[in-house]
Amino acid sequence: MRFTKRIWVRTASFIVLLAFTAFFFVPIVWLLLAPTKTDHQLLVDNPFAIGSFHNLATAWRLMFGFENHTLLSWLENSAIYSFGGVALAIVCAIPAGYGLALTEFIGRKTLLGITLVVMIMPSAALVLPLFLEINAVHLVGSPFSVILPFSFFPFGVYLCYIFYASTIPKDLLAAARVDGCSEWDVFRRIALPLARPVVALVAFFAFVADWTNFFLPFVMLYNSSSYPLTVGLQDLLGATPAFNPGIGSSAILRPELAIATIVTIAPVLVVFLFAQRSLVSGLLAGATKG
Amino acid sequence: MSGYIFVCAYVLLLFCFGVAPTGYAIYLALSSSGGHFVGFSNFVSTGKDFRFVAAFEHIGEYLSIWLGSLVVFVLGLALMLHSMARRVSSVFRFIFYLPGALAGAASVLVWLFMLDPSVSPLHVLLSAFGLHVLGQTLLPNHLPIVFAVIAFWTGAGGWIVVTYGALNNIPYELLEAAALDGASAWQTALRVKLPLIKKWVVYMLILAFAAGTQLFVEPQLVSEASLGLVSQTWSPNELAYYLAFQNDNFNGAAAVSVDLLIVGLLVAAVLVFRTKLFEVD
Repeated sequence: MRFTKRIWVRTASFIVLLAFTAFFFVPIVWLLLAPTKTDHQLLVDNPFAIGSFHNLATAWRLMFGFENHTLLSWLENSAIYSFGGVALAIVCAIPAGYGLALTEFIGRKTLLGITLVVMIMPSAALVLPLFLEINAVHLVGSPFSVILPFSFFPFGVYLCYIFYASTIPKDLLAAARVDGCSEWDVFRRIALPLARPVVALVAFFAFVADWTNFFLPFVMLYNSSSYPLTVGLQDLLGATPAFNPGIGSSAILRPELAIATIVTIAPVLVVFLFAQRSLVSGLLAGATKG
Repeated sequence: MSGYIFVCAYVLLLFCFGVAPTGYAIYLALSSSGGHFVGFSNFVSTGKDFRFVAAFEHIGEYLSIWLGSLVVFVLGLALMLHSMARRVSSVFRFIFYLPGALAGAASVLVWLFMLDPSVSPLHVLLSAFGLHVLGQTLLPNHLPIVFAVIAFWTGAGGWIVVTYGALNNIPYELLEAAALDGASAWQTALRVKLPLIKKWVVYMLILAFAAGTQLFVEPQLVSEASLGLVSQTWSPNELAYYLAFQNDNFNGAAAVSVDLLIVGLLVAAVLVFRTKLFEVD
């Protein structure tokens, strides 16, 4: 009796697990297969049928040729905004994390507290206030209106702080100072060379956050040629008759829209695949301290 | 004193893109369009706006579905994975986590496809609920569920990983003792594991709540695809955006933004100063 009950429970939990695996995985599989089919095939064929390379090439050509290669310029913009934001964020976060963890100054604890609060507060809450501010200084529409707010990344500062607080003993630095190292030398010769793993961690998180951000560039940029991919996707959605029948005939059908979506997610997906382990450990570092 | 040199660049950014916009938004929210101090009248007038109440009702509905499903399914799945061999569960954890790479606009597009019965691989499921065209799936009263599904799809994996990590930190002796005392797997999960990871559940709920109040890209894109069926001021952030860009009412927009900022700041301050989740020294 007890034995059959156990089998029953096991089977039930296995089915639940399978259902969730399908839920998380099926949309990605469908998306990757969609561009290999024509719009008509998407309607009539089995959703998981694999189309042809010819269809993929056609959709690719149509998508990249759309409106004078606008997808390429969106891709370029995404890269400029993300890399700019990530680079500045790292350059500021490494010394700041070091300063917070291993030096003493008045206001250090307050700064740490503010950093934690701003890090936990959803960044979207600041987007409209940022717009109002940037608008007041007439920078709306410029790449800086996106890159500069991206470079403010308190989570990165927190990761660096945790890293330095837990890897470098204060005694080591004191010894270096006794030996005649200046404060700057201590940072440059001891702390900076050790920073490599945390640089990678901050870069991953900042990159994913910046690349996938929609709200900030959507509000700051009004010219389609300066959009990043995420905002460009909204334009494409409006150009797809399946989602906007009013548009009439269009070069953009579902397979082309799927290609644009894949291009948008590809860099982050690659980062996820290669950095799985460090991303997960960072997720835990951001959460399991204390 | 040299500490100041190390933190100065960051402090400058913190001031320009954290403190200053907050201060400026508060200033605008308390002024008229002519720059005169008007007290709380912008808060009162936006608060009385019928769209304001509707937007917060939408968010409330969405949050209750999203947070409820997070607790039940994240805990359930993490407990299930924790009872499996590590190597097997790591495959599942990765699959659950993967959609996180599609966060934002891409996930909304993917789910527009998934919810369109004419192309969706889930069309059998959709038609079982009587949904035969996209317009039916995107009916306004379905949206809180739709957004909760999208949020769950991209966000739950990360929380499953965190919860699994927390479960792994439970000392083995404790579980062994429970087993020796004759506790069933179910009892162990409910009476031993859950109480020990309670603080992570609280942490997850608070963060998900804060992020959920800020919904923007999901209703924005779905409204675009719904042929005007979905209001352009579905969420509070959309309303703030609409006031600023369509009504040129920067002061009203600032007031709604400040409302949202207060929610975010309160939540963050509670987490940082009232719980012991974050190590400060």
